[in-house]
Amino acid sequence: MRKVGVVGAGMTNFIRRAQETPKELSYQATRAALDSCDLNLEDIESVAHGSAPDAFDGIHQKGEYLADGCGGWNKPTMRVFVGGATGVHALAHGWYHIASGMFDTCLVVCEEKMSSAMPHAQAFFLTIFDNITERPLQPTLLWIFAMEMNRYMNTYGYTKEDMAKVAVKNKNQGIKHPSSQFNEEVTLEDVLNSEVMAYPVNRLDVSPVSDGAVAVVLAAEHVARRVTDKPVWVEGVGWNLDTAYWATRDLYYPRYLEKASKMAYDMAGITEPAKQIDIAEPYDPFDYKALHHMEGLQLSPPGKTVELLNDGHFDQDGNLPMCPSGGLLGVGNPIAAAGTMKVAELFWQLRGEAGERQVPGKPKYGVCQAWGDLMQVSSVAVLGI
Amino acid sequence: MKRVAIVGVGYTSFRTTSQDVSYREMIFEAAQKCYEDAGGIHPQDIDAFVASSEDFMEGVSIADEYVPDQLGAVLKPVQSIAGDSMQGIASAMMHIQTGEMDVVAASAFSKASNVSNKNNMVSYACDPIFIRPFNENPYMIAGMEMNRYLYETGATREQCAKVVVKNKYNALHNPVAAYGAKIEFEDVLNSPPMCLPLSYLDTSGDVDGAIVLLLASEEKARQMSKKPVWIKGMGWATDTPNLDTREEGWGDAIYASLAGEKAYRMAGIKAPRKEIDFAEIDDTFSYKELQHLEALKICTRGEAGNLLEQGFFSNQGDFPVNVSGGNLGVGYLHEGNGLHKFMEVVLQLRGEAGKKQLDKARTGLAFSWRGIPTATGVAAVLGIED
Repeated sequence: MRKVGVVGAGMTNFIRRAQETPKELSYQATRAALDSCDLNLEDIESVAHGSAPDAFDGIHQKGEYLADGCGGWNKPTMRVFVGGATGVHALAHGWYHIASGMFDTCLVVCEEKMSSAMPHAQAFFLTIFDNITERPLQPTLLWIFAMEMNRYMNTYGYTKEDMAKVAVKNKNQGIKHPSSQFNEEVTLEDVLNSEVMAYPVNRLDVSPVSDGAVAVVLAAEHVARRVTDKPVWVEGVGWNLDTAYWATRDLYYPRYLEKASKMAYDMAGITEPAKQIDIAEPYDPFDYKALHHMEGLQLSPPGKTVELLNDGHFDQDGNLPMCPSGGLLGVGNPIAAAGTMKVAELFWQLRGEAGERQVPGKPKYGVCQAWGDLMQVSSVAVLGI
Repeated sequence: MKRVAIVGVGYTSFRTTSQDVSYREMIFEAAQKCYEDAGGIHPQDIDAFVASSEDFMEGVSIADEYVPDQLGAVLKPVQSIAGDSMQGIASAMMHIQTGEMDVVAASAFSKASNVSNKNNMVSYACDPIFIRPFNENPYMIAGMEMNRYLYETGATREQCAKVVVKNKYNALHNPVAAYGAKIEFEDVLNSPPMCLPLSYLDTSGDVDGAIVLLLASEEKARQMSKKPVWIKGMGWATDTPNLDTREEGWGDAIYASLAGEKAYRMAGIKAPRKEIDFAEIDDTFSYKELQHLEALKICTRGEAGNLLEQGFFSNQGDFPVNVSGGNLGVGYLHEGNGLHKFMEVVLQLRGEAGKKQLDKARTGLAFSWRGIPTATGVAAVLGIED
């Protein structure tokens, strides 16, 4: 199998209401990624882009619309879509463009502009449900995630305070990220006293609504070594989708994530993830999700995760830093772009370029993950240096 | 690069309406037939699945959610390509070429009969700032493009109408086509104008249907199929989506030239017209077939209309095009168009095309376009030779 390296990364600021069009956001991220490795569009053979629902940007066939903003003009351009998991999946999408031998370079670009949806992007989540059995009940995303959070907490005896600690940790960590949407510290009381959305989910348990774009540049081994002396390798990728009938599943454990991570770890030759992985960027649109996903990623034994969190195991200087970027809770959540932000974070962390957020030691392996659809799909990537 | 073959084909019939089945039931039918065709493979033994869909056409905000169950793909690596289903096949092909996977399924469907306001939706694909405020009818774009194509190449309005006559006639031999008819080119000219010079019969009508194909690595393909059809070359390309800045792309299908070049290079084809026996080429609008044939170097620019009139592209001609009936005769499958073209080429190469079977079918070309207002196309060269 051909080795694939990440050689550059760039992103826009994450912001609640960007003035830029979706195409301009894509352009900014793409330009920044190319500049970071001194490449030009002429050096790029293919574009693998991703974006979540068309409804957010309000554009049918959004991939076509975004194509030239992503540098795809007169190039092989293909948009991948696995709901919220698109951000990390786009890396796998770019990976097989190169690993297949079809191309030597590939731009991976993910964009989301959620502010186009007025008054609020949540309304579009009403149309993700089964149009016969579920939509008549008018469920919202927050309801079903409240169910999952409840089931998860109940199974292991975790409390709302335990979950809120993740929000506090990630939001305060995110302040160190130059592209973050936030600059104010929050306390445990702030989270617990914030407005109840759908019990047990409070407003600050949830990541914000954001606009933004992120891009990374991938290259085959022989090109990567020429472009940079510190390429970060895509060691493994994995993805997995569970049934659409989510009501028939037990929500306390993400089986699809276990399978996706096994696929990625097998490819990367990782046998003991909890020991071998140095940095984790689990998907954290809700605070409980970060812990839920750490268990699914086999990085923490189910039921022991809060203990590890309380011991500082997941802090920036802990044994296994979790979301050193600040995650979606701390940086912002432009759906697909948020996942690729995690890829970019690992790229910077593994190269030792993460500034204030840099984890100590010399991290060798990082894992990032995104999640989406009806609590149903995960994509996982293992990066290494 | 690793070789990839098609080892299974499954499809439903293509109908203008299908009130008796849901899209999931249609896909289930196509998937079952495909797995049966591939020697009765169990979906558990398939390594990954690639679906192709667009949210707005499905009336679901994250259409990817509803992919796995009817394909037997629960708890499997499944992904959606928001693009033409031939891009989905390219993606499935690359899955296998990495060496990490051996058997991958590609699926797509159309349930266009559920869509009540398709024209509005096409408008929603236009730039929201520069184009949409004109509140244009999407056929305006096709009309303008047709005008420009006729002007630049000297092809005539009548020649375009004759594409419709040919394809609708071909569809009469296709048991699953919805729009087969024996008409004269005057009928096309006299049909109601959509946006001149484009008339109603120059446009393809929507159909419902589902298609599932199974792809396999060389080793697996030889075990699973007596008649594997090899993907010799594939290419895809996107011209600018901005109508206002598309300079040369109005009369000339640049996306098709680029996609074709890449596919030919990969397949080692230097003289497409000689080395390829037949083609299934996008004919969403009558002029598109001629424009695409020229862009794909099957003939020189401005030559396609004349060759058509000489019978060059008919079933008995030197280079049969759209023997299935194409979009004009079979129907427009939206994201499913690519899989349909691809599947027809596979059936011909296997010698399983029934009444429409060609005598000489050893290498075939499939080409799909994503429709207005886009400028994305995918080309594939398929063959049975080792």
